[in-house]
Amino acid sequence: MAHAYTPGLRVAERAHIRKRRMLPIRGNVLVARGARVSAKDIVARTDLPGNVQLVNIAHNLGIEPADVPSKMRVELHKPIRKGDLLAENIGLFGLFRSSVYAPSDGTIESVSKVTGQALLRELPIPLEVTAYISGEVTEVIEDEGVEITTEGTFIQGIIGIGGEKLGTIHVLAKSPEDTLQPDAIDESCRGKVIVGGARAPLQTYLRAADIGAVGLVLGSFDDSDLGSILGYDLGIAITGGEDLTTTLILTEGFGELAMARKTFDLLGSLHGQAASINGATQIRAGVIRPEIIVSRHQTGERAEVTASTETAVGARVRIIRQPHFGSIATIRALPPEPVVIESGATVRVMTVELPDGTLHTLPRANVELIEE
Amino acid sequence: MTVGVCNAVRELEEVTGRKLLDERGRLIHPQNGATGTDIYVSTSSAGGGLQMLVMGVVKSMTAESAERAALGAGAIVMDTICSNDRRLPYQQIARIRQLRPDMILLAGGVDGGTVSHVAKLAELVAAARPTPRLGLGFRLPLVYAGNRLAMSEVNAILADCVDIHPVANVRPVLESENLGPARDAIHDLFMEHVMAQAPGYDKLKTWAHIPIMPTPGAVGKLVETVARDRGISVLGVDIGGATTDVFSVFQGQFNRTVSANLGMSYSVGNVLTSAGFSNVARWMTTNLPDHDVRNRIKNKIIRPTTIPHLLEDLIIEQALAREALRLSLEQHAAFATSLKGVQRRRTIAEAFAQSGSGETLVNMMELDLIIGSGGVLSHAPRREQAALMMIDAFLPLGVTQLAVDSIFMMPHLGVLSERAPEAAMQVFWRDCLVPLGAVVAPAGRARIGRILLECTIRRKGDGRPETVTLTGGTLVRVPLGEGEEAEITIKPARGVNVGAGSGKPVTRSVTGGKVGMIFDGRGRPIQFDPDPVRRRAKLAEWARAIGAMD
Repeated sequence: MAHAYTPGLRVAERAHIRKRRMLPIRGNVLVARGARVSAKDIVARTDLPGNVQLVNIAHNLGIEPADVPSKMRVELHKPIRKGDLLAENIGLFGLFRSSVYAPSDGTIESVSKVTGQALLRELPIPLEVTAYISGEVTEVIEDEGVEITTEGTFIQGIIGIGGEKLGTIHVLAKSPEDTLQPDAIDESCRGKVIVGGARAPLQTYLRAADIGAVGLVLGSFDDSDLGSILGYDLGIAITGGEDLTTTLILTEGFGELAMARKTFDLLGSLHGQAASINGATQIRAGVIRPEIIVSRHQTGERAEVTASTETAVGARVRIIRQPHFGSIATIRALPPEPVVIESGATVRVMTVELPDGTLHTLPRANVELIEE
Repeated sequence: MTVGVCNAVRELEEVTGRKLLDERGRLIHPQNGATGTDIYVSTSSAGGGLQMLVMGVVKSMTAESAERAALGAGAIVMDTICSNDRRLPYQQIARIRQLRPDMILLAGGVDGGTVSHVAKLAELVAAARPTPRLGLGFRLPLVYAGNRLAMSEVNAILADCVDIHPVANVRPVLESENLGPARDAIHDLFMEHVMAQAPGYDKLKTWAHIPIMPTPGAVGKLVETVARDRGISVLGVDIGGATTDVFSVFQGQFNRTVSANLGMSYSVGNVLTSAGFSNVARWMTTNLPDHDVRNRIKNKIIRPTTIPHLLEDLIIEQALAREALRLSLEQHAAFATSLKGVQRRRTIAEAFAQSGSGETLVNMMELDLIIGSGGVLSHAPRREQAALMMIDAFLPLGVTQLAVDSIFMMPHLGVLSERAPEAAMQVFWRDCLVPLGAVVAPAGRARIGRILLECTIRRKGDGRPETVTLTGGTLVRVPLGEGEEAEITIKPARGVNVGAGSGKPVTRSVTGGKVGMIFDGRGRPIQFDPDPVRRRAKLAEWARAIGAMD
């Protein structure tokens, strides 16, 4: 039997979820292995080195760089406050005094007699990492972070914008084909992760952000509307750093695509439950997809995802490019020989059956396996 | 890493029937009758290739020389920081800290020049305390290729935060560059530090009989060798999913650029953004709503492995490829220049022509050969489509040969050329390149319907001459098979230039290919009808004229 490798997005009602919560630089881990944490708990903390400023002492005092060290009035690595005297040059008979003052709080790290510059490092910036998901601390990476494990529902989207958010799932659409209109969003959506259907116009997103919804999950969105939210045209799918009130997650793509029935039904079953969501996406080496996680705190039962990523006759796939984009189909044949398709290219194909019973030949690259 | 290599070698064994691996899965070396091989070469783009930060004092002088050295070594230059890049020191420091490169190349100053500017650059690095992208356990390598007088100062500033490797100055005097030592040091450090993070690398290193090279560095080496051996000007382009590499040799000078976010899948959305929708749409023969085209392009960036099934999707992708190639060449031409900041004595003619230092070396009239590589060109459903994409994007002038790389063999041949240059060249011309033919294109705008030139074609071994007349606004294809040679004499009309000057005839030898000879009378730049219906009809007419569509 012919096989092909076609991984798809994960949509799992019960999954064993592991999340690494790491500091960008070494710091302190605040929880121990085996501890139970909730999503909002702080698990690690560090101080990022402060910004640095190069203060041109030689230029400001009107002296040669080689003379700078002797004119410094503060010691290296000792705390200084904004406005403190850093360096001073006193002219003949105490006249023509010139001075340089600290432009900010911090410490002087170095002074160069070649460039005449002093390097002032501002105060450290504290950084805290939260657990993001509720669960158990299963690994502590000393000084760097932790791994948190939970059993729960795990749903991957195809692309998102906006970072990590916590909120309650609030399903507003009645079917995965629905268009979510702005007037459907009211005060009850504040702090919630709103679930729509196929798509929503830009005004719906703006309304959700105005109300203070933390997330909006849709099947698809128009590319130009996404550009309006971001303020620029998305050229490369690397997102997550946007400072948005409402994280947006698309499960299917751009255009008008109904949300996959399975995803919609699963989200529907989670209405009212606390979720952790993240719109961060990176489609390059080390792929990151946006996600919706609902921890269930079940213990004793491990729900490993058993889905295979091997495509075989009888497997269900989602078509991910025109024609029939978004349709769910069943593989009926995997001919080994390459076939000439409409574009004129000769490629490996599969024959799939759509729900209406029609058979179609598609490039193998244009489907993804539905992981069940 | 070696697992992948072994799988590939096993497939080779199946195809060739030659035993290459022993029972323990090691390469058999040297060859013995029907088993083994004499030489194993390898290139690597593991971990996303070599990512470098380049620093120099003056943007258009030492920083540019340093950038040339890094690019020539096969690196992706993440940023170039210099004293006059209009960023404040704290912004430069923040940038260095944020980038996390594999390596830094620090240049600056001519030998014996001022020390303080280079020391200031070193202070930026010291303040940022950069960490390497891969492997937290070692110090970031920094190649110092600046003013040798500043070496001790740089060492004093940076010794406790990076691993310094001093080499000869990339710009010892303003009048010349010395890129070789910096390039070699980058290659060595790439092997020692960056590649060493890849699992299995140590084993692979013992297999390779020639040091493993970064893939783009190897392609560059081959392009350079081809140009030198044949005494020709070459333009090579490799359009990938995320980036487009352009290599050129003009006037014997090699240049390479990487357009980091111009590619056909991961960064295809950026092609649309950089080129503008109207520039992409001008190449499309289909009439789809704008928002539909945009959404289709953005769906490609989130599902980059999909391929066009419908003809309309292929048309969109090939339109994007034209723009990605055009923009990449623009960036390349801006970078591939003669040295800037050089004082030279000029003739009166040069003075009147206002020519000076820092002019681009890219001269399409002088160009002899264009080599296209990358899926959209090498695997275009029709070779005619690949030829038309390259002509539309690069707008060659005069007489230019076109070819595509059949299966991206160029990097390997580049490494092989170090040990067996003749064998590498033979395989390159016979198996690697798929010749498409030659294109003849006059410079300047073309008036629709006006006769631009007459060309007499004399095929080798066939005495009968054949005449082609080219009129403005048309494309003409004349079959000339693979390996067939012909001598062509082009007689341009008054005011038309095909290389020898306005109205002056040109005689050249050309070689045929999968497409043959293409006479391009569309003018430079190509004129598009403002009416979309007529524009689409014209595009279809041109594509049919050379067999790119039915």
